[in-house]
Amino acid sequence: MNAEVRPIRTAAESGLIEAFEAARAALPGGETAARLREDAFRAFAAKGLPNRRVEEWKYTDLRAIMREARPLVVTLSEADVAASRDLLPFGDVDAVRIVFVNGRLAPSLSQLNDAPEGIRIVLLADALAADAQHALLLEGAPADNAAIALNTAFASDGLMISVDEGVSVVKPIHVANVQTGGAHAAYGRVLVSVGKGASLTLVESHSGDPAGHQTNTLIGLDLADDAKATHLKLQDEGLGTLHLATFAARLAARSALTSVSLSSGAAAARQQVFLAFKGEKATADINGAGFAGGRRHLDSTLVIHHEAPGCASRELFKTALDGEARSVFQGKIVVQPVAQKTDGKMMAKALLLSNDAEADAKPELEIFADDVVCGHGATVGAIDDELLFYLMSRGLPKAEAEALLVQAFVGEVLESVEHDQLRDALSARAERWLRERD
Amino acid sequence: MLSIKNLHASIEDKQILRGLDLEVKAGEVHAIMGPNGSGKSTLSYVLAGKDDYEVTEGSATLDGQDLFAMEPDERAAAGLFLAFQYPLEIPGVATMTFLKTALNAQRRARGEAELPTPQFMKLVREKADSLSISTEMLKRGLNVGFSGGEKKRNEVLQMALLEPKLCVLDETDSGLDIDALRIVSQGVNALRAQNRSFVVITHYQRLLDHIVPDVVHVMAKGRIVRTGGAELAHELEARGYADYLEEAA
Repeated sequence: MNAEVRPIRTAAESGLIEAFEAARAALPGGETAARLREDAFRAFAAKGLPNRRVEEWKYTDLRAIMREARPLVVTLSEADVAASRDLLPFGDVDAVRIVFVNGRLAPSLSQLNDAPEGIRIVLLADALAADAQHALLLEGAPADNAAIALNTAFASDGLMISVDEGVSVVKPIHVANVQTGGAHAAYGRVLVSVGKGASLTLVESHSGDPAGHQTNTLIGLDLADDAKATHLKLQDEGLGTLHLATFAARLAARSALTSVSLSSGAAAARQQVFLAFKGEKATADINGAGFAGGRRHLDSTLVIHHEAPGCASRELFKTALDGEARSVFQGKIVVQPVAQKTDGKMMAKALLLSNDAEADAKPELEIFADDVVCGHGATVGAIDDELLFYLMSRGLPKAEAEALLVQAFVGEVLESVEHDQLRDALSARAERWLRERD
Repeated sequence: MLSIKNLHASIEDKQILRGLDLEVKAGEVHAIMGPNGSGKSTLSYVLAGKDDYEVTEGSATLDGQDLFAMEPDERAAAGLFLAFQYPLEIPGVATMTFLKTALNAQRRARGEAELPTPQFMKLVREKADSLSISTEMLKRGLNVGFSGGEKKRNEVLQMALLEPKLCVLDETDSGLDIDALRIVSQGVNALRAQNRSFVVITHYQRLLDHIVPDVVHVMAKGRIVRTGGAELAHELEARGYADYLEEAA
């Protein structure tokens, strides 16, 4: 008699299995790539979509949020490309722009051949065809993480970007992801390596119409010794979209990373950041601002691994919530025994604009070295009545006074963007949210 | 200009104002002096419309308009200005942005056109100069990193810019050294006009050496208990408030 245990699949899990079976033959890459995809998908399928009983997903129950699997877009239609133009952010910013619509490269909107000297931008499919299988491996991030595993299994269109040693790329590289048309799933994967002493500004944007799209995006960033990178992210998905995002960075000696994100869209979003300090005296500043109203859900999950001595990490996350919106902040700093003189600080602040909004924060420290300075904090509060009265006593109507205070609250994060045009564009997006509070 | 009749107000069921009457005519400067706990600051907050206070009886009108029927921002647009005893710090809101937002909000409320930025900048520079407020200060977060004197000067700058009908100064002298007191007082005196009135709330007489009042009131236990001319302030300075504490008890 066979005592086989058959796990009960949800509709979304069954849908993902069918989608993988249907898509696998056409996914780019040779045999090794196929095996890596297979392994990743099996790792996912063995456990299924993570639910609230899985510690890292306790506050973001993906099994409950993701009711069904949306289909992949096989061929990008001209109509969708045309429709995506109006949804593209940062149009005024002087950047090298590469656009993915519905998870597919849109060559007519992209400037693949305009890369500045010293930087190479290769399509993921071409890289895999040329046997760059490491594009499907992501060191420093947990392979069994559901979002990462699904990305590894399904990613077809994406980029590999590399900056040569000593080259400073002034013009930002803007990777734009737009979702439009019928509800679909889109996977994007961008792997960046910045050579010794080189520098790069990478901008990623996510925007789209309000349909129930499912996006899964991954950025892997490798910084060589003395390299510098600025990473800016605008998550402005349509309000029906489920957005899963992974940003994994590895920092070699004396490298410096600054990352700023604004999350203003999506029905539900999970933004995962995995940082690994691999060389001494590297620094990372990770700042995030978020807005949510209605019944939206914003999750920021960070894991910072200090694996080398003398590195500094700073994380500041600020979220303003209205309606019945919910934010989740999970931040973990892990300091290995070798990582003496680590300086790590993490702070999450939530501002509740309604009685029904909710903010959950879970900061964690795991420290195995004895000579470190590490700290974390989390605050949740409402708008300060005294400040509100002060502003109103000067003639500002309540709504305007509140908006000014919320803007001041997130301003600390947005002002850390050095690029003027990008900072102004993010501030303008923040102002729009304050008017609409959606 | 300002007419307060039989005003009763409480906070958290604690009665603070108990039948206060005050008439301030256009162009007059009235000082309200009194011991700690007499309700001076409460009066200023009640006039400006702070939420925590409840008016239980009486009325207050500004040029005939019922103040208590208006929100704090509407009172400001109607011409009321409260200079705070402890001006608040708002990181992330540049002083200049705040000034512009406030002025334009009031102009909009009065049905006036917003002031174009170049004109606004010129206006602020002019007024700021006379109060020794640097451009650098205007760029900083509102009151952030300002000294006590700078904060009070900033209050007077707002007053000068917003051109209210009635200015209520709540213990503006507290925390000021002699030099700061002089600059602030000069700023206030420059704003004295036939169609503008002042209510100057203070514990000490020294501010009134600089801002000379037309009328001095003594407040105790939530009421005006005595009214006189500028000489009354000197009498209080010499004799203290002990008489009034007993009288009102």
